[in-house]
Amino acid sequence: MYATIANHKTFFSTGSGIHNPDFPSVIFLHGAGMDHTIWVLASRYFARHNFNVFAFDFPGHGRSQGELCQSINEFSDWLNDASIELNINEAAIVGHSMGSLVALNFAARYSQKVRSLALLGTSTPMQVADQLLEASRNNHHDAIDMANTWSHSNFGHIGGNESPGLVMTLGGQRLLERAKDNVFFTDLNACNSFVNGAELAASISCESLILVGTKDRMTAPISAFKVAELIPNSRTATLNQCGHSMLSEQPNAVLDALITIV
Amino acid sequence: MAKPPTLKFDTLSLHAGQQADPITGARATPIYQSASFVFKDTDYAAGLFNMERAGHVYSRLSNPTNAVLEERIATLDNGVGGISTASGQAAIHLAIATLVSAGEHIVASRSIYGGTHNLLDYTLRRFGIETTFVNPRSPDAFKRAIKKNTKLIFGEILGNPRLEVLNIPVLAEIAHNAGLPLMVDATFATPYLCRPIDFGANIVMHSATKFLSGHGVVIGGLLVDGGNFDWEASGKHKTMSDPYPGFQNLNFAEEFGPAAFITRARREGLRDFGACMSPTTAFQILQGMETLPLRMQRHVENTQVIVEFLAEQEEVEWLNHPMLPDHPDHDLAQSLLPKGCGAVFSFGIKGGRGAGIKFIENLELFSHLANVGDAKSLVIHPASTTHHRMDAEALVSAGISEGLIRLSVGLEDPSDLTFDLRRGLRASQKG
Repeated sequence: MYATIANHKTFFSTGSGIHNPDFPSVIFLHGAGMDHTIWVLASRYFARHNFNVFAFDFPGHGRSQGELCQSINEFSDWLNDASIELNINEAAIVGHSMGSLVALNFAARYSQKVRSLALLGTSTPMQVADQLLEASRNNHHDAIDMANTWSHSNFGHIGGNESPGLVMTLGGQRLLERAKDNVFFTDLNACNSFVNGAELAASISCESLILVGTKDRMTAPISAFKVAELIPNSRTATLNQCGHSMLSEQPNAVLDALITIV
Repeated sequence: MAKPPTLKFDTLSLHAGQQADPITGARATPIYQSASFVFKDTDYAAGLFNMERAGHVYSRLSNPTNAVLEERIATLDNGVGGISTASGQAAIHLAIATLVSAGEHIVASRSIYGGTHNLLDYTLRRFGIETTFVNPRSPDAFKRAIKKNTKLIFGEILGNPRLEVLNIPVLAEIAHNAGLPLMVDATFATPYLCRPIDFGANIVMHSATKFLSGHGVVIGGLLVDGGNFDWEASGKHKTMSDPYPGFQNLNFAEEFGPAAFITRARREGLRDFGACMSPTTAFQILQGMETLPLRMQRHVENTQVIVEFLAEQEEVEWLNHPMLPDHPDHDLAQSLLPKGCGAVFSFGIKGGRGAGIKFIENLELFSHLANVGDAKSLVIHPASTTHHRMDAEALVSAGISEGLIRLSVGLEDPSDLTFDLRRGLRASQKG
């Protein structure tokens, strides 16, 4: 579905659901270089269970037009614009990786709009390896290879997908390959430059869940647990043997965890 | 910049798609010979049907054993996903049925497997799908044949029977400029010799009956989605980018992104046409694929020996293999298939139809049958078998001469194979 947000055509998936003002809302926020398709299973679940689903493509990502957000603050402000335009008064916010930073930022700065918070594959600060940042700056395919390789656990690289016949690593690779030039770098740079996450996390008051993959090489488990320690009303759920790409490696466990917080 | 290491082809041939069984510890892929799978509860069941949950419902749609095979071939082919089917013909039909509807059109190479030609030229025409056949060596012919209602470009990596090498990069560019996907039948190459997706193809299919399994004991097909075609940007395939009433108005391209094609193929074509593969067959193909790199290397090495042997025999009128410098596609083959051009090729025997029959009937090691890609060496003489009703003129128009012999070189000791061929060639020239 398309809407005009900040004067630009913006896409969000409803999970094939029909919005109803009486339903609670859930917002899904994707990671760097990605789009709404990473949320397809969860989107469809919550749509069937009478939630208004908003799985956004951030500006300049996927099907959305508009200028790329340069910082996590900008993403968060854009999300506020979207919530106003779409009459979302309150929602559960679910974010993965870069999306988790936007969710954290939004929950701290626009707290009245956040019913609950789920952060998947998170850390703050979220430092990006120099070679990854540099490769992405040049729109070099090595950036995709690095991110995709490090985003999957050994399980992800071998395979055995819960979704029959689909290749976890190559699905992620193709999605990143679809991103326009500079999208991946701008996103990674926004993550790398977001430095006041700890301060913001401490101010979050809503119920929060942090999903931790024990084999996450992009946002190490120890960093994710630290985020949980910073947010007062939070708990963690651990996904054993799971890498950073937890939505492709353990989609059912992720959904089970989200059901407890959304 | 350093690319992080990833698992290599030989390793993936053994492991891709499979973890040791978490309950039993079984190292081999178990055969899940079960028609259906128990639901945890009613909501979970609804979630599986509605594509909210990952998992299995009914073995026509998916099965854990088949899923390993599907993930393995997709991994080896550099695709985002795969589907196993009852046969290679079922795989190509599934791809076409997913993308092409009545009143629409396909452009195909004319040098393709006879069964595929039958499907395209006769059967699908009956269902309102037209195909224009063109010379596989003429990219311009493909371009000229594209119409407003064309939905797919199709060819075989190695044409049948002349082994024309499909110029995948050029055809992919032509297809993409017209908003069309390129599908390649890569049966003769397998991903060990050529991965068409690396060169721009979008969909790959295999008859897994052949080299992928290698043992010649099962019939099966595999379909792979490259995930590299933008269905929405093309706007030419309503099945991909329009709401589908058969699944609560689901828009596959919108919701599944790179995996849209393979998801629609499973959720519609496999569901409705039902040409699924048996789990036992999937298991048997997996056994073959574990040794695919070793076998293909040996197939290629043996083929080189046989080609060099035949090139020196006076009973051989002509010899056709892309590894030979005088083959029209030799340079292209070096580029697309640097490890070798497979193990199926043809040659002409002096003396025509009669000599061909004598040759075949005096072979003792080569098996005379209608198949290729077995671990055992195979031979067929089309003029006396598959095309026996055709006269010389009709054979020529089909690209087959009366003395054409097709070999599928197996894994035997090559000296035993040349000895057998020597025996047949000598016999072929006796009165």
